[in-house]
Amino acid sequence: MASGKEIRTQIKSIKNTQKITRAMEMVAASKMRKAQDRMRASRPYADKMHNVIHHLAYAHPEYRHHYLLARENPQRVGYIIISSDRGLCGGLNNNMFKDVLADMRGWREKNIEIDLCTIGQKSSQFFKRFANITAQAVQLGDHPGVADLIGTVKVMLDAYDAGEIDRLFLAYNRFVNTMTQQPVVEQLLPVEPDGKEKELAYHWDYLYEPDAKAVLDGLLVRYIESLVYQGVVENVACEMAARMVAMKSASDNAGDLIDDLQLVYNKARQAAITQELSEIVAGAAAV
Amino acid sequence: MAMTMHVDIVSAESEIFSGTAEMVLAPALMGEVGIMPRHTQMLTPLKPGEVRVTREGGEQEYYYVSGGIMEVQPHVVTVLSDTAVRAADLDEAAALEARNHAEQALKDRSSSMDYAKAEAELAQALAQIRMIQKVRKNTGG
Repeated sequence: MASGKEIRTQIKSIKNTQKITRAMEMVAASKMRKAQDRMRASRPYADKMHNVIHHLAYAHPEYRHHYLLARENPQRVGYIIISSDRGLCGGLNNNMFKDVLADMRGWREKNIEIDLCTIGQKSSQFFKRFANITAQAVQLGDHPGVADLIGTVKVMLDAYDAGEIDRLFLAYNRFVNTMTQQPVVEQLLPVEPDGKEKELAYHWDYLYEPDAKAVLDGLLVRYIESLVYQGVVENVACEMAARMVAMKSASDNAGDLIDDLQLVYNKARQAAITQELSEIVAGAAAV
Repeated sequence: MAMTMHVDIVSAESEIFSGTAEMVLAPALMGEVGIMPRHTQMLTPLKPGEVRVTREGGEQEYYYVSGGIMEVQPHVVTVLSDTAVRAADLDEAAALEARNHAEQALKDRSSSMDYAKAEAELAQALAQIRMIQKVRKNTGG
């Protein structure tokens, strides 16, 4: 039977753990609010960008950019995988990795090679074992900027330009609400028309300055970057939300443990007192 | 009243301006352009510089953009501003850095330091839980 002192030490150590998890919960909660603000702040850009790309599909340009053209029979595909840098956020990363692996298995069965580009420490560590990582960005922190992503995205776009990969996918966690984060795998390239387009009555095209190719190159690169950035920002919000929930349940569990241990401790103490009393009584009777 | 059009200036990280205007002056790649309502559709990259928006009533507002892209529709002007200074060689350098990162991580197996640390912490926590369960079982609590 555990002695009173042992149990007391146990309770104390769990209380310390609980303090840590509670602090992490509160930190995550406040960071989540900021991350959500950033997510909202970047939405107008993504929307406007989407509009422009959409208009482009309406227009009848004399020049079709190769990002907009479907490629038949892919030989090799690329993934950009966005994860968090740190753990302790429940099953957030692993759930997404599972989805990505399932997706990748589909390609492998068709003998299609896979190149990866990872953003965030966790995905770098995880996918090191599964595929060829051509670029990575880690330690973006809680305030990722577009500037941090330009390099990684460019590696993949270059590979696409050179014909090394024929499809590019983006995997990240979409922020639905605090309790729900949804892992998604989206196709970035070639840019897929969203099916809502209808033929316009009249044909028009943009004036391109200086020329169509230069403008569209710049525009589409930014479009891809904005999608990746949006993914990163959502992922940060997801990470914070998931961590908050995970830490809350950890704190709750610690509370339950403490209650249980307290009960055990009280019983042990009571037993010791009873024993002592009966010893005294027995001793007195013997005299 | 003069004709107006809707103007949006956004960057990837924030919304900068949204409202109606009579005219927009922007530093396009080929030289400064002034856009008024009913301009034909146009797409052009922007140089770093200032975008001048003339609101209704002639009031002027200035916004700095570090480059970007401007889309013009007859009644909507959208400025997609860059947040970072972009140049082909700068982008190249960033790409190189990302690639090096990946190679280094593959070579340098000691980068799994964090992993080892986390594993140690996990083992510790598991041991703690096991211990607690044992205590609970022994005392019949």
